Amino acid sequence: MRQRTALYDEHIKAGAKIVPFAGWDMPLNYGSQIREHRVVREDAGMFDVSHMTVIDITGERSLAYLQRLVAADVARLTSVGQAQYATLLNQAGGIIDDLIAYRNAEGFRLVTNAGTRDKVIAWLRANEEPGVQLVEQALAMISVQGPNAIDKFVAVTGASAVVELKPFSAYDKDAWKIGRTGYTGEDGVEVILPNEEAPGLWRKLLDADVHPAGLAARDTLRLEAGLNLYGQDMTEEFSPLVSNVAWTVHFDPEERDFIGRSALLAQKASGFDQKLTGLVLETKGVMRSDQKVVTQAGEGVVTSGIFSPTLGYSIGLARVPRGATGGCQVEIRSKLLPARIVKPPFVKHGRAVFESR
Amino acid sequence: MSDTPQELRYASTHEWARLEDGVVTVGISDHAQSALGDVVYVELPEIGQPVAAQEEAAVVESVKAASDIYAPVGGSIVATNSILEEAPEIVNEDPYGDGWFFKIEPDDTAELDGLLDAEAYTEACEAEEH
Repeated sequence: MRQRTALYDEHIKAGAKIVPFAGWDMPLNYGSQIREHRVVREDAGMFDVSHMTVIDITGERSLAYLQRLVAADVARLTSVGQAQYATLLNQAGGIIDDLIAYRNAEGFRLVTNAGTRDKVIAWLRANEEPGVQLVEQALAMISVQGPNAIDKFVAVTGASAVVELKPFSAYDKDAWKIGRTGYTGEDGVEVILPNEEAPGLWRKLLDADVHPAGLAARDTLRLEAGLNLYGQDMTEEFSPLVSNVAWTVHFDPEERDFIGRSALLAQKASGFDQKLTGLVLETKGVMRSDQKVVTQAGEGVVTSGIFSPTLGYSIGLARVPRGATGGCQVEIRSKLLPARIVKPPFVKHGRAVFESR
Repeated sequence: MSDTPQELRYASTHEWARLEDGVVTVGISDHAQSALGDVVYVELPEIGQPVAAQEEAAVVESVKAASDIYAPVGGSIVATNSILEEAPEIVNEDPYGDGWFFKIEPDDTAELDGLLDAEAYTEACEAEEH
């Protein structure tokens, strides 16, 4: 039996096509994923992301514990409400998951992926120490995204403090945690709230013409924004250094011995031969994950590929030899088609942001 | 609820076939376009190309995935709907009309009898969902 979020009935009412996703029944789209994509780029859309895992870490050792577990230094979150995108690594420096860590009054809140829930909890538990308490929370989460997201959210909730909220920070309003974060490349908020309050907020946002958007639009939006998806663009086989998220690893201070640190330092010292980068297809067709990439520096593989609704052609992320640049080819149905290596993101504020083709 | 016109024949791989004046027009069903989601790219066969029944003849790509379109009957391709190359969304908007893919001059029209009627196709779709 798959789990349902507190918003399941709302999805059905909105005409959602429901699909199984990481053990949950989730909305894939509400008719047209391209329309949902455009609404988020041009106005405001909302996603049910209640399937994501929320773990609260408290106790006097919570800071030291997370400094050991997470590749980013959470001590840099000096005030309550600050948040950090980070990775959880194994001893070999491979990525177990990506997450957002929020500093709160009692310790930290981690938001991790749904598909990795069991292994993440097992890993956190296996490394648990005295003075740390881990509690998984059963909460709902609604992500409101788009250029008009903040205005509409404030209009229906009265949460006017959101306007002043900096990106990657959050504040608590009663039982809600409201963060200025997202996975679309647009401005917006992610609200973590009690299950029983979620349908009410959803309906108010609907009344304010915030359009529901499904998992399918979420994937095209995040890829246009150049954001990795765990399980495709990041896996346990690869470190953040070769996954285009080296910026999330904090090697300073030197004495912070986080799990995976020595492996990453060894990788830095010996040099690495791969990188995760962006691809633009220069002809008709659609790149998909697992397709072969042929570059002048050797072969690579597409990790995520889509048709970009904003750009009108196919874009993707690919793991290629580190020295690969410029023109390359992607093998689509036994044909080698011309593509180009670019630096993500692909789209910002509704426009192409890499050099024009 | 998907639309499944009575007068058409269907393949279990979700193509429809319409015989008119000795030529079979082929497209994908309403059920198929709905399952695929927004269609963003269509690759059509060459005119004059011979095809066997159940052979891949075209490709449809939605935002979600690529799917092969199989020839429901054997014969040769006599026309393709090149409008779809510029406006693939027509497949979603009008799957049984302007969203057709190609026309086949069949070697043997009796092959159409091996396809499903609307009722059997609807049942097959329902069975697939459960």
